[in-house]
This record gives sequence, C-alpha cells and structure tokens, in this order.
Amino acid sequence: MLGPSSSHTAGAVRIGQIARKLFGQEPDRLTIHFYGSFAKTYKGHATDVAIVGGLLNMEVADEALPNAIHIAQEQGINIHFIAEEEIPEEPNTVKIVMEKGPDRLEVTGVSVGGGAVQITEYAGFPIRLSGDFPTLLILHHDAYGAISQVSQLLEKHEINIAHMEVSRLAKGEVALMLIETDEMISPTILQDISRSKHVIRASMLALDEI
Amino acid sequence: MFKNIAELIEQAKKQDKKIWEIMLDQEVVTSGLSPEAIWETMAVRYEVMEKAIERGISGVHSRSGLTGGDAKRLYDYIKNGKFLTDKTSLLASCYAVATNEVNAAMGVICATPTAGSSGTVPGVLFALKDTHDLSSDRIIEALFTAGALGYVVANNAIISGARGGCQAEVGSAAAMAAGAAVELMGGTPDQIGHAFSIALKNLLGLACDPVGGLVEVPCVKRNAGGAAIALSAAEMALAGIESRIPADEVILAMYKIGITMPVTIRETALGGLATTPTGLDWQERIALEEF
Repeated sequence: MLGPSSSHTAGAVRIGQIARKLFGQEPDRLTIHFYGSFAKTYKGHATDVAIVGGLLNMEVADEALPNAIHIAQEQGINIHFIAEEEIPEEPNTVKIVMEKGPDRLEVTGVSVGGGAVQITEYAGFPIRLSGDFPTLLILHHDAYGAISQVSQLLEKHEINIAHMEVSRLAKGEVALMLIETDEMISPTILQDISRSKHVIRASMLALDEI
Repeated sequence: MFKNIAELIEQAKKQDKKIWEIMLDQEVVTSGLSPEAIWETMAVRYEVMEKAIERGISGVHSRSGLTGGDAKRLYDYIKNGKFLTDKTSLLASCYAVATNEVNAAMGVICATPTAGSSGTVPGVLFALKDTHDLSSDRIIEALFTAGALGYVVANNAIISGARGGCQAEVGSAAAMAAGAAVELMGGTPDQIGHAFSIALKNLLGLACDPVGGLVEVPCVKRNAGGAAIALSAAEMALAGIESRIPADEVILAMYKIGITMPVTIRETALGGLATTPTGLDWQERIALEEF
C-alpha cells in the first residue's frame, strides 16, 4: 500500500472503491463528510486524496494516488469535503454522497485498522458490509414473495448464502436485502435477479483482497 | 483453524510444525488458493519491504518536512563501526526508521499490521537477515509467523491507533516481530508466545498522539523503539524467560486499555505530543502549507 496510514489512507481507498462499485457509475458530484479521527486528521493522512482515489477505482499501491483529487477535478468531478464535529460510534467514519444528474446514493464507511473497512450505511439503511465475501445488495419493494424469489434463483445456481439481512425503512415501501455468498455471482445471475418481480435495483460487490 | 495464540501454539506442537506452516495451512483453507500462490503473494510483500528499506536508507523526506533523512544518518553511523549496542539491534532500528520515512513520504510500504507501524516487523527481520546471513525464503517464512500473530491481535482486539492508541499499532507490531524473530532463530512455539507477550506488555498504554495528525512524529522513531523492544523480548524468550501473563490475556488487556483511552490520545491530534507548544507550532506551519 501507499503511506502514510493504513486506516486513514489504505482503508479510505477501499471505502472509496466500494462506494463506487455500489453506485455503479462515475459520479459528477461528490460530498464527503468526515467524522471523528478522520475529521481531525484527514489532511495530514491524505484521507481526502485516498477516498477520491478509491472513487476513481485506483488501487492502494497506485503511484498516481497522491494526485487523485487533481485527476478527479480534471475529469470535471465537483468535490466538497466537510469535517463534521459530531462524535461517531467508530472513530474513523466517512459518509460519501455520490451524485450523477438526478441519481444520488449515500454510503457510509468505517476504517478499523490495517486497511480493513466496513460499510455501515447504504441508501439510508444501516448495514454491516466488510467486502470480504461476494455480496448482493438488492433494493426491492416491501412485498411478500420478494425474498423467496431471490433465494430460489440462488438455489437454482447452486449459490450458498453465508449471511443474509433484510430490512425496511417503513412497511410497504422500499426494503433492502443484503446477501453474502460463498460463491461468486455471475453477471447473468445478477441480471436474473434484477429482472425479477419486486426488485428495484441489484448490485454486486466482490472485492479482491487488498 | 486457530482463534487465539494458545490454539496456534497448541496446533504447532501437536502437528510438529512451525507457526509459519500453520499460518500457511490456514490461508490455504480460507482462501482456496494453492500454497505456492500464497507464498508468491508474501514474496511480493517481501519485495515491497526490501525496496522501502533501500529507499529509506538512501534518504527520503516527507512533504511536511517533519521527518526524513534519519535512516540514512543511522545507517552511516553503523557503517562507521563505533556504537553502544550491537549491529542487529541498530540495523533493526535503522530499517524501521527507513520504512516509516518512506511511509511518511507517501511511498509504497506493506502494512504490518498498519502503515504507521510498518517499520518494526521488516526492521527486525531484515536486520537478522543481514547479520545472520539468512536467505529470503527464511524471512518470508518469518513474515507468515508475524502474520499469524497479527491475525490473532486484529481479530481479538484492535490494531488501529484511532481505536486503541499506539499500543495497538507499534505494540502489536513489536509483538509480531518478537515472535517471528524467535521462530527465525530456532525457538519453540512456547518461546514465541512468551516473546510476543513480553514485547506487547512493554508497550501497553502507549498513546497515539501524532503531531499535526501526521504519521511522522512520534511514529517514525516509535518504530525504531518497537524494533529494539522486539529484539530484547526475543532474546529474553530464547534465554528461557517466560511471561507470567499468557499472550491471549495480554492481548485482552491491550484491548481493554485501548477502548478506555481518552479520545485525545487516539489519533485525533488533540493531546499528548500533538498539543505541546512545539507540536502546535508545527501543526500551524503544516496547515499554512495547505496539504
């Protein structure tokens, strides 16, 4: 990895990479909120640079990483950093708001040391996502049968579920299914899931170990 | 599969294997990769460490100007031949400083277990390589040993300064290096556990108080200290000295100290050395330079 801090630099790159994968496209506007130790020391640790590098799909040992903000600005990406005073649960917390035209996604991540990270919030849903397993994130209408449809598709393709969480913000509205699997999920399976009834949006995360 | 140091030692003894072999076996199971592929990944880490040390001892400076050039200074001092302790100990400190100076300059390093504490483990191992004429394969084995120990700390406690202070970073690194050094020198699994415990015990309670919030002061020199403590702990264990408190209990103690530490000394630059008059002066200068 590139220095100076595994939690503030390498971990930040990983959070940026995951956020970008979850958004599925290059944002044209970024608002990055830092909390806790991130808020106090992000400049010195180049956490701002690292997050943006990750959002540009750079790797932790990429020699171009120190210029990430400059590169992003050249690509016309509008970037804002905000150091928040609020005390977070985890000392190294960042909330990334990605926008492209009307499309908007909020992702919150925490860095826990040695470059290891967790995603703690996705589109307003509290989650726990490490990125160590292939993970499916499915936004769907809160209706009966939605879960069984997805699990049947996974069964058909012989995919074992390692961990699964379902949550909703309010009854009958949008819900989130988070599924960690032992096997990789091919783009075809992901497409099948995206097309099934009740599903609004399905994204897949399979980070290589860094 | 091992979850703590006691299980790791037990498995090594039962299977009559080295700790590094137990780690490699576990990686094969959890990753599904071949032992050769995993070895190759570690060999890449080895090369990253070697390059960082070489770059550091030739002289490197950080953007802030807070650190740099000290690895070269120490290297020249060693070459001069007049010193107080011995060459292994001095080279370990020198290589540790070299690695962390490269880290502070945003160069490529390997987190062991973190970037702020990336100098201690390679410092100790590459010093032993030089003074005891060891092959690169032996050092790669020792990196697996260090990895096994770090894996336990990361999974049972904490390794980030923001969560548990410097004891979680340089403390963990010194414990990893001490255990790895013992295995490299032919010590038993039990001796590895004692070296690990002795090193970590010596760094319990250490604050994370970086000046200006930069991983430079005191981090760079703390890694030199971590390397020296690791070697001292390894020597004690090899001499047959035992830690009264078992490794897993020391890890738990470190964790409890970490989570109860005030936030001012957990990588916030709000206390300790960061808020000394000189520390604050530097912070102001760094802010003016606009990072």
